[in-house]
Amino acid sequence: MTNVTLTTLLKRGAIWGFILFELIFFSVAGEFMSLSNKAFMDIDNMLLLLKQSAPIGIIAIGMTVIMINGNIDLSVGAIYALCAIVLLDSLNWPIMAGLGDWAIPLAWLLALLTGAGLGAINGLIVWKTGVDAFIVTLGSMLGFRGLVFMYNGENPTSHLNWTLVDFAEAQVFGLHTATWFLLAVTAIMWFVMHKTVHGRNAYAIGDNRAAAVNAGIRVGPHMLINFIMIGVLAALSAVVFYSESGSVNPNDGQLYELWVITAVVLGGTKLTGGAGSIIGTFGGVIAIQLLRKGLGHIGADTQTVSLVIGLILIAVLFLDRQLNRKGKEELRI
Amino acid sequence: MTALTRQDIGRLLARQGILFAFVAFMVAFTLANGRFLAPDNVMGVIRSSAILGVMALGVTFVVISGNLDLSVGSMMSFSTIVVLDLHDKIGPALAIPAMFALTMCLGALIGFLVGYLRLNSLIVTLGMLSAIYGLTLTWSGGKNMDIADKAGTWFGVFGQSSVLGVPVPILMFGGLAVVLAFMLAKTPFGRKVYAVGGNGVAATFSGIPRARIVFLCYVLSSFCVATAGLMQASRSMGSQNTVGQGLELSVLAAVILGGASLMGGSGTIFKTVIGVLILGFIQNGLLLVGLQFYVQYVVTWVIIILAVWLDIAVKRGRLWSPIA
Amino acid sequence: MTAMQPALRLEGIVKTFPGVRALDGVSFDVMPGEVHALMGENGAGKSTLMKVLGGIHQPDAGRIIVNEVPVQMATPLEAKAKGIVFIHQELSLAEELSVAENIYLGELPCKSFGRVDWALLYERTNDILKRLNVGFNAKTLVGDLSIANQQMVEIARALTHDAKAVIFDEPTASLTDAEKVVLFDVIDDLKAAGVGIIYISHRMEEIFKITDRISVLRDGSYRGTLTTCDTDQDAVTHLMIGRALDLSRSAAQHELGDVAIEVRGLCCGKLFQDVHFEVRRGEVLGFYGLVGAGRTEIAETLFGLRSPSAGEILLNGQPVSIASPADAIAMGISLVPEDRKGQGLILGMNCRDNMTLPQISDLTAGPFVAEGSEIAIFDQYRDKLDIRTPGWKQQVGNLSGGNQQKIVIGKWLSMRPDILIVDEPTRGIDVGSKSEIHNLIRDLAAQGYAVIVISSEMPEVLHVSDRIVAMYSGRVMRTFAANEVTEDNLIQAISGIGGDRVA
Repeated sequence: MTNVTLTTLLKRGAIWGFILFELIFFSVAGEFMSLSNKAFMDIDNMLLLLKQSAPIGIIAIGMTVIMINGNIDLSVGAIYALCAIVLLDSLNWPIMAGLGDWAIPLAWLLALLTGAGLGAINGLIVWKTGVDAFIVTLGSMLGFRGLVFMYNGENPTSHLNWTLVDFAEAQVFGLHTATWFLLAVTAIMWFVMHKTVHGRNAYAIGDNRAAAVNAGIRVGPHMLINFIMIGVLAALSAVVFYSESGSVNPNDGQLYELWVITAVVLGGTKLTGGAGSIIGTFGGVIAIQLLRKGLGHIGADTQTVSLVIGLILIAVLFLDRQLNRKGKEELRI
Repeated sequence: MTALTRQDIGRLLARQGILFAFVAFMVAFTLANGRFLAPDNVMGVIRSSAILGVMALGVTFVVISGNLDLSVGSMMSFSTIVVLDLHDKIGPALAIPAMFALTMCLGALIGFLVGYLRLNSLIVTLGMLSAIYGLTLTWSGGKNMDIADKAGTWFGVFGQSSVLGVPVPILMFGGLAVVLAFMLAKTPFGRKVYAVGGNGVAATFSGIPRARIVFLCYVLSSFCVATAGLMQASRSMGSQNTVGQGLELSVLAAVILGGASLMGGSGTIFKTVIGVLILGFIQNGLLLVGLQFYVQYVVTWVIIILAVWLDIAVKRGRLWSPIA
Repeated sequence: MTAMQPALRLEGIVKTFPGVRALDGVSFDVMPGEVHALMGENGAGKSTLMKVLGGIHQPDAGRIIVNEVPVQMATPLEAKAKGIVFIHQELSLAEELSVAENIYLGELPCKSFGRVDWALLYERTNDILKRLNVGFNAKTLVGDLSIANQQMVEIARALTHDAKAVIFDEPTASLTDAEKVVLFDVIDDLKAAGVGIIYISHRMEEIFKITDRISVLRDGSYRGTLTTCDTDQDAVTHLMIGRALDLSRSAAQHELGDVAIEVRGLCCGKLFQDVHFEVRRGEVLGFYGLVGAGRTEIAETLFGLRSPSAGEILLNGQPVSIASPADAIAMGISLVPEDRKGQGLILGMNCRDNMTLPQISDLTAGPFVAEGSEIAIFDQYRDKLDIRTPGWKQQVGNLSGGNQQKIVIGKWLSMRPDILIVDEPTRGIDVGSKSEIHNLIRDLAAQGYAVIVISSEMPEVLHVSDRIVAMYSGRVMRTFAANEVTEDNLIQAISGIGGDRVA
């Protein structure tokens, strides 16, 4: 029994241990190899890191919910891009110009509604057709990307609004706006998954779907809600990022699903559903961002990041399996 | 001979639905544009589908064995860059086998991780997608790769020349498809692939070395990827590092369109080829009727969902899912 | 009894599926405080009846009456609301959630903003757990509980409702004897509380120990209800199969050959220790013991699926090491595994491909599979084992349990093994096929095979074995010769002789 708890503790703490290791490693290695004279653990550097974590992080929190529920969503990158286009393009509409700064919340709302709508499409297809979420969202990843291109061809969509940029670059208590969004999303989704009936039912469905159905839990609506949530979060992520950058290319957000899933898996969420934690995913997001920044800090090429992240993902999977092994008695199948 | 019942039609649709869809699709586009079925157009479509097709052949084995391979696009970029780079360094005759060996080492690594270590194939190949991309960039230093003397090499034969009027890429795709179709349908290895994907535990209890079969499927897949990389490099004689990016999803789309179940144990090479051709002809047909290339994304989306939906709807005997 | 109204009454329930009349006018009733056994062969309609009661299927005709009120149930949830609760064979729990969340699965108490009312949840749960007198609390994760305790959680779930009728479906399948005692105590408590209980089981001893009446189904129709204390096993069996099943002893009539396999001091970690036995050609060695006693694990070790931590295996007197099923097959060992659908067959494949799977590499013409030889092998064993299937193209998933088992047996016989290990040969198989398979095992021994039979059914072990190894908790307690074994001493041996044997 103590053994089980120890393993569980080890696994829960693993991501924070890894973050600690990264901090120490890059600080020390930075002393010898750094191209700049700035220390890695510099407070501004860390604040910036949190800000840069936000776009991936906000989506990753949503993906955690989807994966706990026993599904997956590969279309998040395309949803992100489409919502960004809606956000920036709508600000260019003549009708919006007359609204002054009121156009901003309206554009945000439009973007979030777009995200909710796209998520709902995924959710409804999964629910009503019974096709596996992997295939459905693989399809909509292509389809939504097609919509992105159909919106504005291969041209970038831009709108620069200084009020928006000021808002995005503001720092409250030292933290950037994007960071606040990430923290708020983490807190809210933690609450949803741990304290609400919907969250607990989502765990139950991912853990043992037949049991949930037998207990009268309606699987479909819960899945739909979760797909809408990840759609909204992907939209929110776009809102946070593009309020500042002001220009979106039709290829933006590609491979986001990969980064997001990597963060979620690093954070300890079970691939088969039923287990996982929002806080763990937050740790996973930070760990990945630290790695990207840290490798840059010690002067490694950008290409090394992809290599290292890929290998770490596999290593985590391997360690997880070793921790769960029963030893030599195991059936060799 | 009794009249066909609704059930029979349903079953026929389920088994050959993708073929019917294909034919209906071809007829519709031919009506819309007479040039659609012109020999040179058909040849052009197959030729441009050949690279995707060769990769899909290998992934079909992986999917039937019950696994996924999301790394093929990234791996194809790697083979293309490597063979182009080595071409100028050691000459084409050595570069090609060296590239095949390196690519198949990557396939063997994935096969080892998924087959022998039993790690989740989705995550392993997702990780490898990223890792191989990093490896490619490290190899090339992030720069585009070009053959210096494009006129003075025979390297172009795999992508550019024709035999008896048939382009070499089509011959390679067709030849590989025939060989692999026989391998899958008629050899003991193929039977074991189906067994492992259908029920891995029962296959083990029947003395089939599950790990080795999965391993071999990934090695075979990487061989196909290397072939695709060779065709790509030979056609363009130069390449970006991201040449194969996103192809893994088109490949998977083709395999799924062909009706292979992602749960493993079902699918055939013939159906995958049909899936590849459908994707190719959609793209071509939409362009011919004057639509932009990205419209095909939306059409592909709809077709994939409908194809899989039809398949499971026939299996469960009702259109809408029973999910409450 | 006369004044009492039944807790649950079924009147003329009919359910048809395309081509099959699964239930044909089933009627019986369960009184409050009664344990009512429901028996029947596999395919007799028990599971269909349960699905009708559980709101999964709708009856085509007939009425379900709870406390004298006719009810209709469109979903499992409605059935629960009407007071009909199931304890399923496969536990339906979410392992990563707490005991309390599982007990109130689908009905978590709710506060504003959709929040869970944890205080109320734990309070209610603790009340129920106190009633059941269990040793875990509301916040424990279900995944950390033993199987028996998980079953208690299921029972606790039943108690959250004002249950009129609780249906137990093979509840003791994976319980130890001590755990069974606890379960039976709980059933007694439920009885005392006036709940009607339907108890589905194949295990006669249990049925006769705890039930008040026994209702029998055969071929979808109701065959009668017996009062348990006025009847005996033969009468019940007779109702179930329409004839008495012959399970008399049948020791070897033929000469035994030399020792085919000998095991000395075999250990595998905590699973089993110091196991020793030998099997001669022409002999059937039975392994009897409780679930978890290590019998299946020994078979898996002999078949190369587990590595032994000590001891040796001798084939024909030569020590061998078996590292994989392929090794085992090459040495002439075959295993018919206990989980037919999970381990024995590839359900999506056809009969022929399943049967020839282990030898597919040898059935070749050039690089290709010789399909002609495959079909020849299939035909040969279909005739030999009397497998009823339309043809080799039939998917095995569509066959009955008995025919599926024959496919698995045929698969291994076609390998012409020296040693055949059969684990739970008749689990989930109807009585008719059961005796066919028993006869087959005896025949195989007569033909000179060395056969090991593992079974949890004592009559089966007694019927087919020449000698019986009794196992308890990973150890061989005793090996009985044919003439010295009785039901009593066998039960003593598998419960740990002289130890804490549970009555």
